[in-house]
Amino acid sequence: MIGAAALLGLLAVALAWPVPVFLASASWPSRSPATALVLWQAIALAGALSMIGALLMFGLAPFGDNLVHGLQAFLGSLGDGTLPPGAHFIQLFALSAALLLGLHLALNLAATVYTAERSRRRHRELVALLSSPYPEQPRTRLLDYDAPVAYCLPGTVRSMTVLSAGLIQLLTPEQLRAVIEHERAHATQRHDLVLIAFRAWRAALPWFPVANLAGEAVATLVELLADDRARRVVSDRDLADAIRLVRDGLSAGDATIGASEFEAEGPASAVRIARLDGRVRPLEPWVSALVVAFASALLAVPTTLLLLPAL
Amino acid sequence: MLPLGDLEKKVMEALWDSPDALTAIDLRDRLSGQKGSRELAQTTVLTVLSRLEDKGYVTRARDSRPHRYRPVTTRANFMAELMHDVLGAARDREAVLARFVGGVSEDDAAALRRILAGR
Repeated sequence: MIGAAALLGLLAVALAWPVPVFLASASWPSRSPATALVLWQAIALAGALSMIGALLMFGLAPFGDNLVHGLQAFLGSLGDGTLPPGAHFIQLFALSAALLLGLHLALNLAATVYTAERSRRRHRELVALLSSPYPEQPRTRLLDYDAPVAYCLPGTVRSMTVLSAGLIQLLTPEQLRAVIEHERAHATQRHDLVLIAFRAWRAALPWFPVANLAGEAVATLVELLADDRARRVVSDRDLADAIRLVRDGLSAGDATIGASEFEAEGPASAVRIARLDGRVRPLEPWVSALVVAFASALLAVPTTLLLLPAL
Repeated sequence: MLPLGDLEKKVMEALWDSPDALTAIDLRDRLSGQKGSRELAQTTVLTVLSRLEDKGYVTRARDSRPHRYRPVTTRANFMAELMHDVLGAARDREAVLARFVGGVSEDDAAALRRILAGR
């Protein structure tokens, strides 16, 4: 078990620092956002699993020769208050750390989901009071607002797309359709679930560069995925023009919100336009397959190490 | 009958449009007078008002009977709150909603240069 604990520890370190730094600086993710998203999720899951697993395996080593026996013996020890030979304070420390880390991650996820749901509820109420239904599009609302704004408000039961009057004025009907398809893709592909998981991870481990890198990368990847989904029904040209027009329209500023806290142009829109203009080649299928295989291996290795009998 | 959400919107609009605080009876009369809306029961209006009060959109003056209701703030202020969620630099926005354009960091500029250089 000490061997398995050591390997898990190495994996945890690799997944917390060099692997995400390397992935964040790679250029291929925009060529295949779905593949990159799978890899980021595998890194996050495998990272958490090996971090907790390493502590658990190390702490349980004196109690048994695998995870199940170790846990059983440990619970027995808790019952009768005696420790087996070879169990030291350091093992108990590792077990407490594993428990606290697991709780910390779970509680952060719960808190992040709760906060986001509360913000969404208030936001949904405001939209209901201030908007009117957009004709002929289900679950789409129109806000009487001058700046060109479009967004998807996801929800556990229902989601909605919100458009502003300024947007409708700015775009042609084809471009508008591209925007609606893009926003709807966020809802149907449940991007909110991925974003919130990474958001929680970031909140739980703020001192880890990996969590920040991953959060930003994933936020961009879901935009690319929504673009790809919209491209199935609208032309690349219309979508790219819509992005340009909305970006430039927003940069013009907004009187309601102070310019200092106003954030308009995002480089992600430049990546999106580059893809839609055909300046980014899609990833070769065999490379994608290789990356997915690597992601599966990332998950399989800590799982195997945890479940294997004595190593 | 209208769904409760639509009624809430109509009640808010009536309150925003009125310079003075309104009673449930005033509101019932104004809403029933609108084109295309059916006769409203006063209890329905009171239900809607109490829901709006619970959610923090209207207040009532307790010193008069019947109670007079007014919006907590103007329509423009509520719109500003909404747009602040959407356009402002709120740190947790990405967890709340997905905007069509925007909300990205400096690092992406570098990422773009690499992508375009490496094609």
